[in-house]
Order: sequence, then C-alpha cells, then structure tokens
Amino acid sequence: MVIKTEPFVINIGPAHPSTHGVFRMRTTLDGEVVVDLEPVFGYLHRGIEKLAEERTYTQNIPFTDRLDYLASMSNNLAYVMAVEKLAGIPAPERAEYLRVIMAELQRLASHLIAVGAFLNDCGAFMTPILYMLREREKILDLFEMVSGQRLTYNYMRIGGVSQDIPKEFLPALRKFVEGMPGFIDEYDQLLAENEILLARSKGVGILSKEQAINISAAGPVLRGSGVKWDIRKADPYSVYDRFEFEIPTGSAGDCYDRYRVRVEEMRQSVRIIKQAMEQLPLGEVRALVPQRLHPPVGEAYGRIEAPKGELGFYLVSDNSIAPYRFHIRAPSLMNLTALRDMIVGWKLADLIIIFGSIDICMGEVDR
Amino acid sequence: MTAVLSAREVASKLDKKFPGSIVESTENHILVKSESLLPIASFLKTEPEFAFDYLAFIAAVDYNDYFEVVYHLTSLEHNHSVVVKTRCYGRENLSLPSVVGLWRGADFQEREIYDLFGIKFEGHPNLKHIVLWEGFKGYPLRKDYIQW
Amino acid sequence: MSNLAPLPPDWPGGYWLHWGVFVIIILAFVLLTVLIFIWYERRGLGRFQARVGPNRAGPFGIFQSVADAVKILTKEDIVPAKGDKIVFWLAPVVAFVPVLMVFAVIPFQSGALLADLNVGILYVVAVSSVSVIGIFMAGWSSNNKYSLIGAMRTVAQVVSYEIPLGLAIIGVVLISGSLSLTEIVAAQNIPFILFQPLGFLIFLLASLAEINRAPFDVMEADSELVAGFHTEYSGMKFGLFFLAEYAEALVASAIIATLFLGGWRGGVLPPVLWFLIKVFGVFFLIFWIRSTVPRVRIDQIMGFAWKFLLPLALINMFITGIEVVLLPEALPWPIIFVNLAIAVILVVVWSKLFKLGGGRVEV
Repeated sequence: MVIKTEPFVINIGPAHPSTHGVFRMRTTLDGEVVVDLEPVFGYLHRGIEKLAEERTYTQNIPFTDRLDYLASMSNNLAYVMAVEKLAGIPAPERAEYLRVIMAELQRLASHLIAVGAFLNDCGAFMTPILYMLREREKILDLFEMVSGQRLTYNYMRIGGVSQDIPKEFLPALRKFVEGMPGFIDEYDQLLAENEILLARSKGVGILSKEQAINISAAGPVLRGSGVKWDIRKADPYSVYDRFEFEIPTGSAGDCYDRYRVRVEEMRQSVRIIKQAMEQLPLGEVRALVPQRLHPPVGEAYGRIEAPKGELGFYLVSDNSIAPYRFHIRAPSLMNLTALRDMIVGWKLADLIIIFGSIDICMGEVDR
Repeated sequence: MTAVLSAREVASKLDKKFPGSIVESTENHILVKSESLLPIASFLKTEPEFAFDYLAFIAAVDYNDYFEVVYHLTSLEHNHSVVVKTRCYGRENLSLPSVVGLWRGADFQEREIYDLFGIKFEGHPNLKHIVLWEGFKGYPLRKDYIQW
Repeated sequence: MSNLAPLPPDWPGGYWLHWGVFVIIILAFVLLTVLIFIWYERRGLGRFQARVGPNRAGPFGIFQSVADAVKILTKEDIVPAKGDKIVFWLAPVVAFVPVLMVFAVIPFQSGALLADLNVGILYVVAVSSVSVIGIFMAGWSSNNKYSLIGAMRTVAQVVSYEIPLGLAIIGVVLISGSLSLTEIVAAQNIPFILFQPLGFLIFLLASLAEINRAPFDVMEADSELVAGFHTEYSGMKFGLFFLAEYAEALVASAIIATLFLGGWRGGVLPPVLWFLIKVFGVFFLIFWIRSTVPRVRIDQIMGFAWKFLLPLALINMFITGIEVVLLPEALPWPIIFVNLAIAVILVVVWSKLFKLGGGRVEV
C-alpha cells in the first residue's frame, strides 16, 4: 500500500516567542523536514535612509542608535567615523580611547544576549540567559553613568564623544573587568561540553567557507566558517592598532562554532578594555566642529567591526547641511542571505537553533 | 591596513582587456558603462592579481539626471579594495545586469534597490519587494518622491 | 518480614467506608500537593536562575498557586468552531483521571492505601498508559496544524518510553518477589536504589519522558511551536491539563520513592512524613534537571529510547535474574558494589557505541 504524503506550508512568525524581532519565514515542511524556506521581512522598515536626508549630520546620530538597538554604541561609532572621514576632522586621543572602551563594552553586552538567546532556543529554559543578563546589567549601569541611557545611548559626536566620563566610572569599570573573566569561565562551564548541546548544535547548519565569502557574511558568522577576517585587524580604525588581541576562528561553520567564537570574542574584549584603561590619556574629548557642518563635496565609506559583523555607512555630501545620500550596510541583512541554504534538509527544531545562531537584529535588516 | 588600490591603475589594466568600457576613473573610483559591468565584474573576481571575492555593499544614489550604482569590492586574500560605479540615465525603464551570479550577497541588496529606486536588475532570480509591501506605488528613495 | 505484612481493613462499616475515606484522602492529597509542587518548583527554579521566584502573593509567595487557580477558573472558555466538540471537551478528562487512579495502589503507610492489589505495579503501568489517548484527542480536536504536530510527537515519545519503563521495573520485581507494592516496600530493608542503580537510572529517564518534562519536553517547547497540543485550550480545560502535568510529576515521584527509595520506611519520624520527604526529594531532582539541561530533538529522543534505554533495560533484567537465581542468600554489600560497577561500565561503553539521531536529509 502506497501512502501519499504532501508537504505543507506553515508560517513561522512574524510574532513568535523565539525573540529576534519581527521576522517571518514561510517554510514548507515534509513531515518534520524543512524542504523550502522563504524569509519575508520589512515589518520594521522605518525609512531611516530617506529621513536622514532631511536632517543635519548631528541630528542623524540618534537614528543610528535605533538600527541595531542592542549595540547602539557601535552604530554611533561607525556613523561618526564616516562623517569624520568625509569632512576630514580628526578626533582627539582621549576621545578615541573612550570610543574603544565603549565599543568593546558594547560588544560584550551584545554577545551576552546573543549567546544567552541561543542557549534559550536550544531549550535550556532561561537559566543561561538569566545569568548573562545579570552581567549585562552591570554593563548597562556603566553606560548609564556615562550617557544617562540604558539602550540607545547617542554618545558619540562628530569629532569625539559628547561628554567626558564621570569620576565613578573608572573604578566601577575596573571592578567589572576584574570579575568578568571569572564569569565567562562560569558560563563556559555551564554548557560548553554538555552532551545535549553538542548533539543539537555540532554539525548543524553548516556554512562552508566559500559560501560565507560569497554571500558577504561578516562577523562571527564569517569567522565561524574559518575565515580569519576582522576589520579591527585588517583595516584598523580608531586606535585599535595599539592593542594586542587575537581573532578567534572556528573551523566547521556549524552552530557550535559560531557560539564558541562569540564566547572567545568576549574574552578578547575584556583584554582590550584592560589595555585601553591603562593607556587612557588626559585631554579634551571633543574637537571643535561647527554646529551646522558643511563637509566638502565627495563621498566616504566608514566601517567598523560591530558585534554582528561589518557595519558601514556610505555617505555622499553636496556641501549642504544634510547628507545627500545616507546608505547603511547592515551586517544582519547579508548574514540572512544564506538562511535558506543553511536550513533546508534539517528539522523544524533545528530551524530555530540555526536562526538563533546567526544572531540578527531586525532593526538593521529593515532599517 | 586595507590598501585602497589606485583606481587609475586598475582602470588602465581594465582598459587593455575591455577597451572602450571605462568612462572615467579618478583616484577613488572607476566608472564603467552599464553594458560591460558584468564582464568587468567577473574579470575582477576571477583574476588572481585582483581576486575581489567579497562584495562589501551595493548602493544607489539619485543624481537628478542619472542614477549611480556603487559597488565596493574587497579582496580578503590580498587585503585591498576598489570602488566601481555605473550609471543609468533617465527616470523610466532603468535596468542593469545583476551580479548575483558572482556574489550572492547582492541578492537582497539588489532587491532593495529595485524596491526603493525602481532600477531593474536583469538576471536576478527573485526580483520582488523586500521592505515595502505589495502594491506600493512609487519609489521612496528617489529625490522626486512626494510623500503625501 | 511478617510483622510488616499488610493489615486487612478492620474498620466498622467494612470495605465501603475504607474506600470512601481513601478516595477523599487521595483527592485532597493530590490537589493540595500539586499546588504545593507548583510553588516549590517556581521558587526552586528561581533560586537556580539567580532570582527569587514568586514572593508577592502571601509570605514567600505561598498563595501564588491559589492565585493562578482562581485566574484560570475565571477565564473565558473558547472552543474552536470547526473542531470536534465532544472530543475537545473529553480530552482533558481522559488525560487527568488515569493519573488519579494510579494513586489507589501507592502505600502511604503500612496498610494505608485504597486497594492492596497483588498486581499493583502492573496496574500502575497499565493505567498510566491511558492518558496518552487524552493527549491525542486534544491535538486532533483542536483543528490546528501546530496542535496536531505537537500531539503526534508527544504520542510517539510516550509510547516509545513505556517499554524501557516496564523493563526497568522487572529488576525490582525480581528482587522483591512480588508485583504488589506493599510487598515491594516490605522487602526493602536496604533501598533498591543501591541494588539496582542501572534500573533506577533507566526508570528515572523513562519517567521524565513519560511526563513530558525537560529534557524531553518537546510538547511544551514554547520556543518552537507555541504550546503544542494545548494551544487552543483556555479556562478550566487548560487548568486540567496543567494540573495533569504536575499530577503526573507527583505520580512519577511517588512511584520512584516507593520502588527504589523504600516508600514509607524510615526510622524516627512517622512513616507518612518519610514518604512525603522522599517524594519532595525526587521532585527536586526532576526540576533541577529541568533548569539545567537543554532540550533534546524529537528524533534524538526516539533514538535514545530504542537504541540506548531498551538494550540496557534488557541487560539489567538478565543480570538481575542471574543474581537472584544463583545467589539468593548472598551478603548485600558485595552485590551492591558489583551492580554499581556493572552499571557504570555499561553506561559508559554503550554511550560510546551509539549515535544520537539523524543528520541532514537530502531534499
């Protein structure tokens, strides 16, 4: 007797409990196996690129906060660097060091959530993510000391940072940095060699090296597949060439490697912060910049290594107070290109895990 | 440091291989004709001296007479980069060849340019709306788009 | 052993009064303990996750379960329009009642049980299999793709794990020589967990899979398919499913305490208190595992049951049989060490041999 089966289509999203924002996947399932997948997004499109053409360069900085809202300092930094490249304004040294400290703290906060959400998707019922949120609270307290905000900081300015750090900041930062390696080891011990985690994520959702380069992936997705490319080393910006750190790389390109790359990057971030704290010079934190900046006619592309990948801003100026074209190169959008190839052939439960291991933020996919 | 290759030298090499396709080249970018975009792009990708295997981004800019599409290419192996631009003249029926066959990262970006600017890319496997909804009239990122 | 033999019901009014009193005791015990378990688990999970747990509703949050129960009772009862209404209504009942029925044979104290069946443990295994029909009825009558997928996964999982469960019990039965639960408790001068470490492990894991708890909780995997087979339920019907889940955890803890930990036996304290301590201890172990371990994928769960637990349960049965026949009057402690060594070697060697679940399927 021949049993006829038929694949059926279900919609996962746009609002599903597995975090990561409003994202819809039309999946075709044959039993439990995913046969086809079509990502549909645009639910969070706010038209930032068009709105920015009517506002001055400084007024656009809060827009950049809301792109990848879990890593606002990095977004601010990329935009401000692109404007400084366009207008030829160098930032003072103390500002550069402060920028590096903030960017690395932000990388820690973003990776804590990324790793915690990944383990939550694996089914570990909130225990790892709650431990990591405990540490993230300390980082958010540090940011509140500096900028008054906990999520969208608006801290960087063209030519420096907006204000100097208060005197409680450095002792609090020192205390945090002393304790953090111990906590990262604790998280590692929690689940790194757990049989069930290995069985669910090793070999699952493989992205090969050639595929990763071809789809312009960046960040932990690219490094997890074995490509040693980090903008902080390949094209150093700010004062990153004065610090010693390593770039962790995976080998197989599966979910487990991406998770390990993020945990190792957290350790390297703590190392960079320690070095930056020791070398922090005195001085002013902001260069003199006119309130309405008229950059010369031209274009610039400023890019940084944000926690999720290579974040870049392409600005075209026509000597007026607003940018003529404001284009955002969003890492999460590129990383999503390979979603279909990574997921087809695996089961429904793996779809959630693979999607969580890419770590996207819908704010920058839709802009 | 990622060396930004002198666009003039690259342009002179390209001119030997594809005569007549370079419109102009400055220190920063190379401007090519839209018909020869695809052969030049695949030459830049496969030639071992250049090996531009990583497409950083594609962006479109609306200068009122023409649309300019900018391709920023990087080579991971040699750690250098170059900027290639091409133009489409006019406001209606714009089309360019698609580079999705060479760099799959161009997939979503070309769809977005089609959605927000109205430039069609021939050879794209799935050219439809990506951020705007079906049935949206107009192309928002153009300079002459009336908002309401 | 003879002074611990079960006492006949010698109350005035004979059998029916005994039956009536115990029905009331069992109902009260199950409902009250389930409420306490809900509070216990939420506070315990909170402490594991570096937070406090419910602490608003009453001192230490002890009235939290009552508040939840009142909330569930006052919710609107929504029935899907195109579903099968009678089956929809009957499903929570079929899922909950067998769990209550199992309590008829669990001894709270010497002689204090509803019915002293001499096939006690067989009754337990048979009756607890009926609740899986309730789950399937719920998934089918909801007229919802997600519920059906969730229900089918759960049914496959529960039915597969019945077999190692039954086989793990045979070791205990062989040592104690009887299927009746009072005899099994009476035979435990040394608790059977020491004699049957492999049997205990297999029974614990199989019960976790039977009651749909972590790490085998694909049914309530809320990061995957919303809420599985009870997506469409609301109000008291959902309350019954929720109660059924905790009641099944209670039953599993009670059975493990009776079969492996010695039931109500213990020294100084009254026997009922010993029973309660053991039940709460096993439940603590159950939610400790839940808060620590990630979830296993459904095809890995099936592989685990058929390729790992089943062969080990068979081997355990043979070894226990050989020991009981050849060495009936041996000293206990050498046997305990030998059994422990065999268990450790078997688990380590077998886990290296088999592979969990399938990989990528070519489409």
